[in-house]
Amino acid sequence: MTKIEAAHHAVGVNNKKWAIGFSTVVGVIFLLNVFVLPNANTQVQRFFNAWFSLNSLAEIMIWILMALGLNIIVGYAGLLDLGYVAFWALGGYVAGWLMSPFLSQFQVNFFGNPRPGFDQGIHFNVFLVLILGGVFTAIWGIIIGGPTLRLKSDYLALVTLGFGEIIPQFMLNGSDIGGINVTNGAQGIGGLDQPKIFGYTIGTFDLPAKFLMVSLMAGAMIFFSIRLRDGRLGRAWLAIREDELAASMMGVPLWRTKFSSYAIGAVGGGIGGVGFAILVGGVYADRFNFVISIIILAMVVLGGMGNVWGVVVGATVLAWVNAVGLVQVGELINSTFDTKFNFPSYQFLLFGLLLVLMMLFRREGFLPEARMRMVMNEEKLEDVEKVTDDKKIGSH
Amino acid sequence: MFLVIGVITYWLGSNLISDPRAFLQVSINGINNGLLYALIALGYTLVYGIIELINFAHGDLFMLCSVFSFAVLTELFGAKAPGAKNFALLLVVLLLTMIFGAIVNVTIERVAYRRLRNAPKLAPLITAVGMSFVLQWIGLKWVGSVPVNVNTVLPATKYAFGGIEVASKTLVIFAITIPVLILLVFIVTKTRRGRAMRATAQDKDASRLMGINVNQTISFTFAIAGAAAGAAGIMWAQTIGTVSYNLGFQLGLIAFTSAVLGGVGNLYGAVLGGLIVGLIQAYNDGLAVGPGQRWSQTMVFTILILLMVYRPGGLLGQSSQEKV
Repeated sequence: MTKIEAAHHAVGVNNKKWAIGFSTVVGVIFLLNVFVLPNANTQVQRFFNAWFSLNSLAEIMIWILMALGLNIIVGYAGLLDLGYVAFWALGGYVAGWLMSPFLSQFQVNFFGNPRPGFDQGIHFNVFLVLILGGVFTAIWGIIIGGPTLRLKSDYLALVTLGFGEIIPQFMLNGSDIGGINVTNGAQGIGGLDQPKIFGYTIGTFDLPAKFLMVSLMAGAMIFFSIRLRDGRLGRAWLAIREDELAASMMGVPLWRTKFSSYAIGAVGGGIGGVGFAILVGGVYADRFNFVISIIILAMVVLGGMGNVWGVVVGATVLAWVNAVGLVQVGELINSTFDTKFNFPSYQFLLFGLLLVLMMLFRREGFLPEARMRMVMNEEKLEDVEKVTDDKKIGSH
Repeated sequence: MFLVIGVITYWLGSNLISDPRAFLQVSINGINNGLLYALIALGYTLVYGIIELINFAHGDLFMLCSVFSFAVLTELFGAKAPGAKNFALLLVVLLLTMIFGAIVNVTIERVAYRRLRNAPKLAPLITAVGMSFVLQWIGLKWVGSVPVNVNTVLPATKYAFGGIEVASKTLVIFAITIPVLILLVFIVTKTRRGRAMRATAQDKDASRLMGINVNQTISFTFAIAGAAAGAAGIMWAQTIGTVSYNLGFQLGLIAFTSAVLGGVGNLYGAVLGGLIVGLIQAYNDGLAVGPGQRWSQTMVFTILILLMVYRPGGLLGQSSQEKV
């Protein structure tokens, strides 16, 4: 075995270990909630409900999906996207339009599963909606990314920031576009169809099944992320991230490669958006704001940009802290020390400081790849001979 | 591109003909806001010009300055009504706010950005976003989560020029903002310090060899940018009459759009861009035939995205195609 083959082998074994770990965790949570918890005593039930409710765990899976999608853009290709929430919103509205009685001008049923008595509107099959959600967001990724990716990379950050602001605002104001109610404004679209997968209908309150569904989606995303990274395209992304000039000299088409990373990353957001809409049973515009984009970014940064499993861990930790931990730990501290801190109001400080401190002291994240560590800590070549302290010039 | 210009011309023209007085009235409001945008946009342009960083925290610095001016002028000094004494206090606090903005901005640069100057580009950008969140949190803790009304010290009188009413606070804005703008442009273009800034922006190593203290020059740039944000902050609090913790995000984006519109790195471009964006927003919000206020932000971002597509160099700047 050559050195490279050995390294590949090690990565493969590592991936296998992580994959087994992920499946085990999902399986244990599922079995625990289906068989053990309903029979446990109330104290145990209350503990799990407060700290690890199935709903929050299912949401964590969605966050993992989102973070992995953004990881393709930020971690693999090294482009900064600050409006990822737009894709989440777009995916969600695709589900809202195609799986609910909302668009009552139409009456389409394509292997869908409308609730009894709500036959109007468009009802597509879940799988089709997932695919269409991905396609729709990819198209938007192309519209936004196409022109901006030709510019300097920091312009992309800004345009995506604007995009992440326009899309939710459009959704919020879109109850009357030329007389047509497109998005139902702030009320959002509720009453989504109950997805029917291979004859099994996932009911509104069938949380274990929903959890399993989003976990499978997250698992699929993990799989694709790993496979993409090792493929031709993935290696081209990494090459661009590390040195654009060198990559283009080696024949990597810069624009096309960046562009594909942006579009593929968008697909992750769209599919996650559909999944989240199904999980919640509707799509509501006021949820999509800038904070979400930053939280997803923080997940990618915390775990280690580019490393799939690092991002999964980062997303899990931050999503849990954001949804449950901040409230629960805060209550615990307040009741123990008899204080009255309003912990959820520290959300901004937490995520802001996290980003700043990570960048200052551990740029590569907590679970980095060796490769990323070198990239992030590499100084520019011209800076080697640069005198960092101005005063030294005089003393020479 | 021409189609876009045509549509805008038609829209403005038809409004001008149908009601010229209202049109001019709205224009005055637009210039009023546009001057404030210009002050904030200057900060973006200066910082981008010298270290090529989109300082996402700049909008929130502006917000923090407006909150500071509210806390000092309205709460601490108790200047809540028009009057000669209170107007004098306003000028004092204007100076204080500018100093405050400068200090905060220099501190941010010293603590965060300086250490990342040689890092890959992603690192300072992410840091700037994080800083913006930290500043927002400070604002949130300072004024609370709901917008606070500010009792202005500017008189509510209005002057009529040929049927167009001009509020006296608009005149005060003109009287304060325009000198500040001229002063800043003078510093950058005419003084020794300004020349050092421009040299540093072009080539840090060469200017270091020429005996320029690069770190100090960059700090000075941040100080000027912060001072401009401070002036904009207090003027915003006094004329618009509200401060809130999430003001910075929106205003920051508007101001950056202005900077890009004029051409990033170009001082006159920032002023011109600010005025244009202010006017467009005012027309959008105020004209009888128009999309209306709820689309205001969408309009600005659409301009931003169209600019990126068709004229990334801005009106007065050069093209910024990626160099290879």
